[in-house]
Amino acid sequence: MVDFYINLFSSIEFIKSYQSSIFIISVVLAGIPIFGFMAVNALVAVYVERKVSAFMQDRLGPMGHGVGLHAGKWGVLQTLADAIKLLTKEDIIPDSADKKLFLLAPCIIFIGSFVAFAGFPFNEFLVAADFNLGLFYILAMSSVGVIGIILAGYSSNNKWSLYGSMRSAAQIVSYEIPAALSLLPVVMLSGSLAFKDIVFAQTGSTLGILPNWFIFNNPFMVVAFWLFFIAGVAEVNRTPFDLPEAESELVAGWMTEYSGMRWAFFFLAEYANMFIVAGVATIGFLGGWLSPIPGYFDGNIWGVFWLVSKTSFLIFVMMWFRWTFPRLRTDQLMRMCWKFFLPGSFFVIIGVGLWDLIMR
Amino acid sequence: MTGINLIFWFIALMTIISASIVVLSNNLIYSAVSLLFTLLGIAGLYVFLWADFIAITQILIYVGGILVLIIFGIMLTHRITDVTLSQSSNQQMLGGGIILIIFLGLSYMMLNTPWFQDTAVEPQETINQIGYLLMIDYLLPFEVASILLLVALIGAALLSRSSK
Repeated sequence: MVDFYINLFSSIEFIKSYQSSIFIISVVLAGIPIFGFMAVNALVAVYVERKVSAFMQDRLGPMGHGVGLHAGKWGVLQTLADAIKLLTKEDIIPDSADKKLFLLAPCIIFIGSFVAFAGFPFNEFLVAADFNLGLFYILAMSSVGVIGIILAGYSSNNKWSLYGSMRSAAQIVSYEIPAALSLLPVVMLSGSLAFKDIVFAQTGSTLGILPNWFIFNNPFMVVAFWLFFIAGVAEVNRTPFDLPEAESELVAGWMTEYSGMRWAFFFLAEYANMFIVAGVATIGFLGGWLSPIPGYFDGNIWGVFWLVSKTSFLIFVMMWFRWTFPRLRTDQLMRMCWKFFLPGSFFVIIGVGLWDLIMR
Repeated sequence: MTGINLIFWFIALMTIISASIVVLSNNLIYSAVSLLFTLLGIAGLYVFLWADFIAITQILIYVGGILVLIIFGIMLTHRITDVTLSQSSNQQMLGGGIILIIFLGLSYMMLNTPWFQDTAVEPQETINQIGYLLMIDYLLPFEVASILLLVALIGAALLSRSSK
């Protein structure tokens, strides 16, 4: 998108002479849709999450029958109302908090997921910054946010927050390793770190009817997909890995002292991270923007539709997890990572390598 | 293109200012946090040198791994155990003098060296070349480094094991 804007502005006669500003303006113009998408994504995802959890518990969820304002049919405007409420709320900074770090922490967390979105492709062309290290870039950028989480917990000057952020740091740093290693088979099969090449390697069909997605490539890839997806759920601190927040024991952990706008930014980043993890799983294993019926419904608009629907399905699976599995204990969490996920991902790498060597 | 120059100066200033906060701040956690901006700035400078793979590796390893461990270590020893950690600067005159001499020397060197200026076009792919070099030309150093890291890993596991 940045290149597109640069070409666009350079072709217009009366702007062409302002070469110096074109680059910066193009970058800003590519960033605004990302922010818009993150906001819409959070609004929709929070609503869906509340509805999904309500239906799973045999409730109705938000229905919009408030006393004052009416929040739409089936409560579709509920999250919008919540967002407006959060924006107008009083901004509280605890007296004994480390003020500078307290203000910095939400920025780092938000920027961490915002810049990760810069490399995320919605179809072949719709990507803010198109470059050939996309997968590696997103993995690296999603690890920046953890520093914000640690700072939030530390600067709140609250023991629960500190415990929450310590758990979060240990968890994210540990699960990053199996998540990255279980993506390696994807890189091995496609021979590239660029999202474009990874998806192009999955075109066509296999076994007669199935699309040629990497998850159908060989049995090891199914294992790799689940390893990545579960490690990704752990990385975004979702239930059953939500020990850093753990409402029932830590009272929301590192978020406890935050309110209003700053807390809203945490939520924005959390749902954006969910989208990125589900999206990377979609691109790496489920064929990205390719249609599930090989050869039909392929095209740029369809591509965005397929990518967003596959990603949304994976996000729905994350919500499903939330009401299915109880929360793990810290030692169980660490044992699972280091004793099962790490050897498992090594096993998958060797397995995929051997399969590719022998079967082809 | 001066737009890119502007970004370069912004990144360079951010790196220098945050690096001086790392050294001069009395609060250890502030030092650690401004190290974040130093590392990000250096990653940005790598991008200007067309080393995109190194830049991302820098963020992944230093920000995502090492800096998290540094802050983690400070947090574990700071407020929980009520030990106040701070760093102070002693012998400021002497240190400042030495820094001034080094600064002048480096400036003299920079201004008087005929720098090699490459006019080659920007490479489209760096990672393939890195892969070929690591796996063919420099395979032995690569393997030696990995064995070194493995030894360090085993050593750390051995040291942290409860002695029974």
